[in-house]
Amino acid sequence: MKKKVLTVDDSRTIRNMLLVTLNNAGFETIQAEDGIEGLEVLEDANPDVIVTDINMPRLDGFGFIEGVRKNEKYRAIPILVLTTESDAEKKNRARQAGATGWIVKPFDPTKLIDAIERVTA
Amino acid sequence: MDMNEIKEIFFQECEEQLAELESGLLRLNDGDRDPETVNAVFRAVHSIKGGAGAFGLDDLVSFAHVFETTLDCVRSNKLEPTQEVLKVMLKSADVLADLTNVARDGGSVDQARSAQLIRELEALAKGEAPPAAATAEAPAPRAAAAPKAAPAPKPAAVAAVAAPNDQGFVPVAFSFDDFGGEEEAVIEHPAYEVVFKPKSELYTKGNEAALLLRDLSRLGEMSIHCNMDSLPPLDQMDPEAAYFSWKVSIKTDKGEDAVRSVFEFAEWDCELDVLAVETGEGAEAIGGDLPMQPVPFDLSALDEEPHAPLGVVEEEEQIAAAQEAVAAAQTASNVVQMAGSASRAAAADKGAAAAAAAAQNNAQQASSAAAPTIRVDLDRVDRLINLVGELVINQAMLSQSVIENDSNGVSSINMGLEELQQLTREIQDSVMAIRAQPVKPVFQRMARTVREIADITGKSVRLVTEGENTEVDKTVIDKLAEPLTHMIRNAVDHGLEMPEKRLAAGKSAEGTVKLTAKHRSGRIVIELSDDGAGINREKVRQKAIDNDLIAADANLSDEEIDNLIFHAGFSTADKVSDLSGRGVGMDVVKRSIQALGGRINISSKPGQGSVFTMSLPLTLAVLDGMVVTVAGQTLVVPLTAIVETLQPDAAAIHSFGATQRLISIRNSFCPLVDVGRILNFRATQANPVEGVALLVESEGGGQRALMVDAIQGQRQVVIKSLEANYTHVPGIAAATILGDGRVALILDVDAVVSASRGQPLHLETSLAAAG
Repeated sequence: MKKKVLTVDDSRTIRNMLLVTLNNAGFETIQAEDGIEGLEVLEDANPDVIVTDINMPRLDGFGFIEGVRKNEKYRAIPILVLTTESDAEKKNRARQAGATGWIVKPFDPTKLIDAIERVTA
Repeated sequence: MDMNEIKEIFFQECEEQLAELESGLLRLNDGDRDPETVNAVFRAVHSIKGGAGAFGLDDLVSFAHVFETTLDCVRSNKLEPTQEVLKVMLKSADVLADLTNVARDGGSVDQARSAQLIRELEALAKGEAPPAAATAEAPAPRAAAAPKAAPAPKPAAVAAVAAPNDQGFVPVAFSFDDFGGEEEAVIEHPAYEVVFKPKSELYTKGNEAALLLRDLSRLGEMSIHCNMDSLPPLDQMDPEAAYFSWKVSIKTDKGEDAVRSVFEFAEWDCELDVLAVETGEGAEAIGGDLPMQPVPFDLSALDEEPHAPLGVVEEEEQIAAAQEAVAAAQTASNVVQMAGSASRAAAADKGAAAAAAAAQNNAQQASSAAAPTIRVDLDRVDRLINLVGELVINQAMLSQSVIENDSNGVSSINMGLEELQQLTREIQDSVMAIRAQPVKPVFQRMARTVREIADITGKSVRLVTEGENTEVDKTVIDKLAEPLTHMIRNAVDHGLEMPEKRLAAGKSAEGTVKLTAKHRSGRIVIELSDDGAGINREKVRQKAIDNDLIAADANLSDEEIDNLIFHAGFSTADKVSDLSGRGVGMDVVKRSIQALGGRINISSKPGQGSVFTMSLPLTLAVLDGMVVTVAGQTLVVPLTAIVETLQPDAAAIHSFGATQRLISIRNSFCPLVDVGRILNFRATQANPVEGVALLVESEGGGQRALMVDAIQGQRQVVIKSLEANYTHVPGIAAATILGDGRVALILDVDAVVSASRGQPLHLETSLAAAG
């Protein structure tokens, strides 16, 4: 069975790249445009792993991760954060919110897939 | 979807983000302190940077990065978004737009400008005052650019790449390798001993020890030893605690960093020791404790349920230990899974309602996943619009022939035709709406022009825009930018005074340029006004005399003098400045507006400023028109221009002078204009009493009673450009094809009205050419 990835990113460009990369790597991809939508689709999507951006309107990545972790069902789902290179502090905040790992931008398909494989069984 | 398509989407998105960025910055400039505004601005730059990074657009990334850093200071309240700060940011937004354009279309950006802005942004981020532009000429740009441009030199070669110093001393490069030093010990397969002790936090963040160990196993041969010493009796076990730790010996050629990077996601939530151990004797030393026999790490175990009883595993049985590792790691997730299945069961009870809601959610999800817009080649839309135009004409022809042949009146055919007419109209409206766009983007570009010109001229200018959401055909919008840019440039450069001069004149130091758009009489009217000095009529007049444009004793009205600036090569600037020296004069502006089927007018008040009014058609739009007969010709008068129609009464007609006539309507007088006469359809004026008067309102607000012979009815007509197919005809806006296939001319009401002010239409052609 294909593994299902939920991506949460407000950038259409990044969403498209994620979609293409993940589909090419044989994942099923569900997308959301911000944290609120991410939480909305979560239940139905029932993903194996989540990849989320940090800077988003309405609900940012930190809030989204906290929201996911509050959900009993998704307490231990791997959540990968797409971060920018210079954000050690943000990385830490994301960790505290409950992020599993991170993918450093710029977007690199190999790194993305590696990171996803690293956290999914 | 391939990368090129995604790149195209990226640039589209950049445009949106840049617009968002600029409007956000302008809102901040107006005193908006909503954190969400700052966030939106930050996100715009962040998003551009993210996408640009993905496509390796390094220039864009590095500028966006500096910009973003400074914005982050504003976001975290470390930097107050003062007018000064925002000025730098608005200029940075311009440079970001330039860099985006260059990334898309090639070309080059003003390096000095972007380097200067990078310095200003960095200074702001550090909490310093931005460095003055004057110091920009200092050698700083080179220094700022150098670290970025030069690849990081290898440590051993640092001396070699150092730049010549002031004395002209060039360091000589030599390699330490020559001395046989610095050579890495050649170790084929170094071994590492990894002690990995997860904390329970590791599991709460979705990490699993088993997965990390699996990852480690991919680096090379390894053996795993699981330490279960801290495992309490079953009844005291906290299912969410972490009791196991692992000692792994691994042989890998990937290096220590690779080993450590496996635990990258876990480093905060575990105790980790990575020790490089010597191969050979050292390895044996470990071997005594932990035999270096390769242990197959059973990946399939990851998918199995734990089955081995806890606590009975003998330490030597490494395979079992590995499985235990899996089991232990899964403990936490099993708990979660149980909780999950419980909630699933609960959810199932909710039954059909929940399923329906889910289905709905899925539908929403699908719709939100799809792009909200599609890109369509403009040619395709054009073709569609043309076809719909033909459809409308065809439908009209069909209606007409049915009416002519069907003397019985009501029939099912008639009803069908009516429906067809309605449908055609709806199709037409929808198709037209595809190409209609708000003028906002063009107006936003003007904001930038104002900033740039204000910078160059040293003037302080505020741009006010109104009616940015007024929609007009895209073809018009595209052609609007150039004349508008030039006019804005003129307004700031020539129109507005220097701050001191303004203060002396009792005005605010900051000049205002106002740009408005509105629909009027089926056209779009764009007005550009400034509160500057107004046109210096004496100077204009003198210049016109000097250039032999008018006679020295010519008696011109103020309006006529103002309009002289539309003459070719006419410039009131004393000297050719950077701005006006571009070889583009107001004559070019006027011509490009005319080419669009538009008109431009100026009115100016000395000391108070000037107003340029452009009236443009909504090209290719459909027109609701009154079909009238004038001297045997069929004309269409735009319905939007008509206030009312009336049958003149002989008593209401008054003569005024030799040829002018007025009609009194409700106790006020309105000039009567014979359309047939003014278009030269006939030599003498028709008798008003025999015709119909159309009371029209022109753009200037003045009313005229247009005399026509008869009204045939109202109809929707498709505008066919006369310029494109024939040539510009004064007094005629465009043409259309009627139901019977005949061509009818669409009256240009404003031109007719202004012609009635005593400027015969045939003269306006020459005026237009000259002016």
